[in-house]
Amino acid sequence: MILVAFVTILMVGGIFAWIIANWNKDLARWISVAALSIDFILGISIWWQNPTIESSTWLLQFTAKWVPSLGISFSLAIDGLSLLMLLLTFFLGIFGVLISWNEIQDRVGFFHFNLLWVLAGITGVFLTMDLFLFYFFWEVMLIPMYFLIGIWGHENRRYAAYKFFIFTQASGLLMLLAILGLYFVHGRATGTFTFNYFDLLNTQMSAGVERWLMLGFLAAFVVKLPVVPFHTWLPDAHSQASTAGSLILAGLLLKTGAYGLIRFVLPLFPSASAEIAPWAMLFGVIGILYGASLAFSQTDLKRLVAYTSVSHMGFVIFGVFAFNEIAMQGVVMQMITHGISTGALFVLAGSIYERIHTRDITSMGGFWTKAPFMSVVGLIFVLASLGLPGLGNFVAEFLTLIGSWQANPVLTIFATLGVVAATAYSLRIMQKVFLGNFTTDKTIPDLSFREKIIMIPLVISIIWLGLFPQPVMNVVKKVISIQFVTEKVSTTENSNGDK
Amino acid sequence: MNELQISSGLLLAGALFMLGLIGVLIRRNIIFMLVCVEIMLNAAGLAFIVAGSKWAQPDGQVMFIFILTMAAAEVSVGLALILQIHHQLKTLDGDAANSMKG
Amino acid sequence: MNLLVTPLLPLLGSFILIVAGSRLPKRMVPLVGAGSVGLSAIATLILGYRFISNSLTSIDITAWQWMDVAGFSPAIAFHLDALSLIFIFVITFVGFLIHVYSAEYMIDDDGYARFFAYLNLFVCSMLTLVLANNLVLLYFGWEGVGLCSYLLIGFWYTEEKNGYAARKAFIVTRVGDTALGIGLFMLFQHFNTLNIQEIATQAPQHWAVGSETAMIVSLLLLGGAVGKSAQLPLQTWLPDAMAGPSPVSALIHAATMVTAGVYLIARTHAIFELAPDALMIVGIVGAATLVMAGFTALTQYDLKRVLAYSTISQIGYMFMALGVSAWSAAIFHFMIHAFFKALLFLAAGAVIHALHNEQDMYKMGGLKKKLPVIYWTFLIGASSLAALPLLTGGFYSKDQILWLSLAGEHGNIWFFLFGLLGAFITSIYTFRMLFLTFFGEEKTHVHHVPGNGINIPLLILAGLSTIGGFIELPHSFGHFTVFSDFLKPVLPSISIQEGFEGIEWMIQLIAAGVAISGVYVAYVFYILKPGLSVELKSSAADLNSFFFSGWGFDALYDKFIVRPFVWIANINKRDIVDQLYEGLVWGANALNRVLAFTQSGILRWYIMGIVIGGILLLALGIVKG
Repeated sequence: MILVAFVTILMVGGIFAWIIANWNKDLARWISVAALSIDFILGISIWWQNPTIESSTWLLQFTAKWVPSLGISFSLAIDGLSLLMLLLTFFLGIFGVLISWNEIQDRVGFFHFNLLWVLAGITGVFLTMDLFLFYFFWEVMLIPMYFLIGIWGHENRRYAAYKFFIFTQASGLLMLLAILGLYFVHGRATGTFTFNYFDLLNTQMSAGVERWLMLGFLAAFVVKLPVVPFHTWLPDAHSQASTAGSLILAGLLLKTGAYGLIRFVLPLFPSASAEIAPWAMLFGVIGILYGASLAFSQTDLKRLVAYTSVSHMGFVIFGVFAFNEIAMQGVVMQMITHGISTGALFVLAGSIYERIHTRDITSMGGFWTKAPFMSVVGLIFVLASLGLPGLGNFVAEFLTLIGSWQANPVLTIFATLGVVAATAYSLRIMQKVFLGNFTTDKTIPDLSFREKIIMIPLVISIIWLGLFPQPVMNVVKKVISIQFVTEKVSTTENSNGDK
Repeated sequence: MNELQISSGLLLAGALFMLGLIGVLIRRNIIFMLVCVEIMLNAAGLAFIVAGSKWAQPDGQVMFIFILTMAAAEVSVGLALILQIHHQLKTLDGDAANSMKG
Repeated sequence: MNLLVTPLLPLLGSFILIVAGSRLPKRMVPLVGAGSVGLSAIATLILGYRFISNSLTSIDITAWQWMDVAGFSPAIAFHLDALSLIFIFVITFVGFLIHVYSAEYMIDDDGYARFFAYLNLFVCSMLTLVLANNLVLLYFGWEGVGLCSYLLIGFWYTEEKNGYAARKAFIVTRVGDTALGIGLFMLFQHFNTLNIQEIATQAPQHWAVGSETAMIVSLLLLGGAVGKSAQLPLQTWLPDAMAGPSPVSALIHAATMVTAGVYLIARTHAIFELAPDALMIVGIVGAATLVMAGFTALTQYDLKRVLAYSTISQIGYMFMALGVSAWSAAIFHFMIHAFFKALLFLAAGAVIHALHNEQDMYKMGGLKKKLPVIYWTFLIGASSLAALPLLTGGFYSKDQILWLSLAGEHGNIWFFLFGLLGAFITSIYTFRMLFLTFFGEEKTHVHHVPGNGINIPLLILAGLSTIGGFIELPHSFGHFTVFSDFLKPVLPSISIQEGFEGIEWMIQLIAAGVAISGVYVAYVFYILKPGLSVELKSSAADLNSFFFSGWGFDALYDKFIVRPFVWIANINKRDIVDQLYEGLVWGANALNRVLAFTQSGILRWYIMGIVIGGILLLALGIVKG
């Protein structure tokens, strides 16, 4: 029941916020914070109540009938991976509301409605174990996001919102086709037509069918992730969205793509995924380097950070298709740490925008003199983005790379070069924004109390993830390791044979 | 005898239809276009009657009555439209009414 | 005494300064900054005493398990043995002296607390680097010192060029770090662990001597080392790194961080010994670098850049020593070099400070009388750098390297000759620097005479760089080998090739002669006949500018790496892939325009269309039917 509560609290909270904002805007904001905090505490309590999380897979399950005649059920379940993703969702969600406190003054109620419904959609995506329901939630997070970009965005918001919608919707439809295909293939083979995830696992199908169905799922996830060359919606959407929109896009929405790869593509289509793995890894590496080179040349701060996301998400697909426990652990870490670090960079970009009303880094510089607190925070997240040890992103990238090395050394070398490129673009942010001479005639007050409340937990969590990542990694340990049990046996046999 | 009547009747209907069609295509005055449409309708009605008499069925004449009714309705609507067009565009040139251009 | 205390104290200091720095009263800042490192040095002394008096071989301590995934389980764990003890001794003591010096040197700077915060963070990272028991933690420290180096080079951040130099340093070393990272991936693949001790014991069983994998791994580790230690071909960042304050140059870019590469190779010597070819390459890199940097140092006019190139050159000696498996000689030279180079940088800093940030040696001169303490300590440092015989520490350490590069088991006459050439150039540029700065007539007025906060660290370092040499004396001087005996449990000792046993004194004589003649050459050129050097410079202007530019490496990288990358990045700023999608949009719009053209709005055209369509359909029906 607690699983249903996760989603309904957000949805109901969203409706309440919308209605109440007609009378009191601040109350609507508080309602949103409260809804997310309740969810966050619920999530923590699940973690708390499962001390053996290291060795368990499914922690809670909930199933209700929905459309039984078509085999559609309202089926939710949570394991370590979902739990981590949910915690990240609520954690960043709270900051999403806080950062919009002053920024959003127009249609406040509708904004919070959309914000909470996006988060509800994301929550549903991370929880659902019924493919039909999954598609439903996939759309639920799409439409409010469209409004978030299109209504409260920057100057070019319409274009960005359209682009976002068309890319994700078109690829989502391919996934719907693949879901239906899988439904019928499974139904014909076994006689029971069902959308249930657990029943659909181990569906017998021919290699050709498997490949096409896998590509359908993959389409939705690689666009969301995004993988070069399907990334171009992202810089526009990220740079045009309001700060909370960028935070949720970068921190959470991209993670649904990664989550989909891990939850659906690999388990449902194991042999087709293995077949495509070298290509997927290649595209991952291309993404890492291409995103980095683009990030290096941008002058729009938010666009720059958006391209760093493209680069970092390259590591995700790279690690997922390395088929290796260490790399997969790295990917999960990357999802979390990237959510935090890039989210924080967007929050910073938003704070700077609030102060000087531009995102152009050529008109920034020397903020360290005026706003040292902000600059130190900026420094920490810039360093996180370049993968400095001691911060969470290093753990993620190092694990991904060391795992991928076992799978494909040549591509791993190129992926590692991405770290050098990351240094180049990250330090460029540092130089252009915080160092150098203070040139603008505008005043730059240091971070306000509200902004500090946002940044300090983010800083603490990124350092905590860098130094003590093990508790977090334990949560997904079992979930990941069971995926590779068979895999591992075969590789050790191979390596023995080589000797 | 029957054969001759049928073919000549259909020929007449075809000729009338062509006249009407050509009229619609080449005239720019909307009233003339409407008149030509009427001619085409009547040509079609004639063809129905000829065909009805060929098979000695009443259907052809029934159809003609339908056409006649419809033509009357059409003329009234059409004339109303023409009045509106003239009112709006101050001309009866059909080509001037091209504001639906893509 | 807990081993953790040593790195933890500077971290604590740094934390306090970052959090409360701007609110602390000014005199509290150095107390926290230098005090934490001082305490750390005391902790090191206690540790060292316990280590030696109990004749331990190592002290291990695990703080916590960092990660544990499918057999990959690095811990935050420290391992102290003779090698790391020497390093932490140098880091904490030289570090402490430099902190004390900075307390006076940086007093007028706005970023006083920030400076000490970075410096403390650096000390902590450096200690982590040398104490790490596994390579991932070593990498942690490795990147940490890189970060602090970046922050401190760009300490005066309002200057655009400082920021540029800082970024250059970080990025260039990161190239090397990438190689190191890949080396770690390979090591993990083969040993399923990254614990240094375990690798060292397993490696000889796993790989045969001369095995290809060992060779590749060694070269990758070397890649990391050349980046950090500013050796060929990644040396270009160090001279620019002089943009940082002088104490930073002394601590990071002379005494400690830049020798991390030496530490890395010494630490993983078990792997390098399995790859003799890789060791040979280490030696060649060292030999080439020491000569290259020496020639460049000869032509510089910026005091700190001379010292920077001289650092590159001296680390070249250490690499050459590593290359001939003279492990303890390399570490010995590291230690002595840390003393005298820190001394030289600090003294140079004092000079620059006294002359209001004048760094051009040709605008100095005659400072001997104005700044006597600085002069004498600088003289001691310079003598040590030039390896003047008998009294200076540099003589004993450099002589050992020269001797072993010829007579050691992997010795080679070429290494020896390069080393000798380097020694000759070293003493020329060192005394050129001394003569130009302290002799002749005064060209810039001395504004400010340094106080005790600056003088005392200089005097202590001068003492250390003199007596430091006596803890390891060659055969011909009583054969006193405390240092190499101490290192023996960690680093294997080296044997002498047959036929060389008795001739060590000859080598020493040659080395001494070379050093003294270098001084004489400098004396002739810069004191006796100052016109001669100008003449020489103008007669070989091309060669001079070639040397001056650091043998054109910067221009080369700029042309073939930096500019193409920036060029590609900039022309692709609007993302070519996005243009493809734009193309799709444009195509749809174009199709729309074409089709919209048929919607002319003229009724008669539509009727014509219907008619033609009808006719075509009829014709089709007739033809088919």
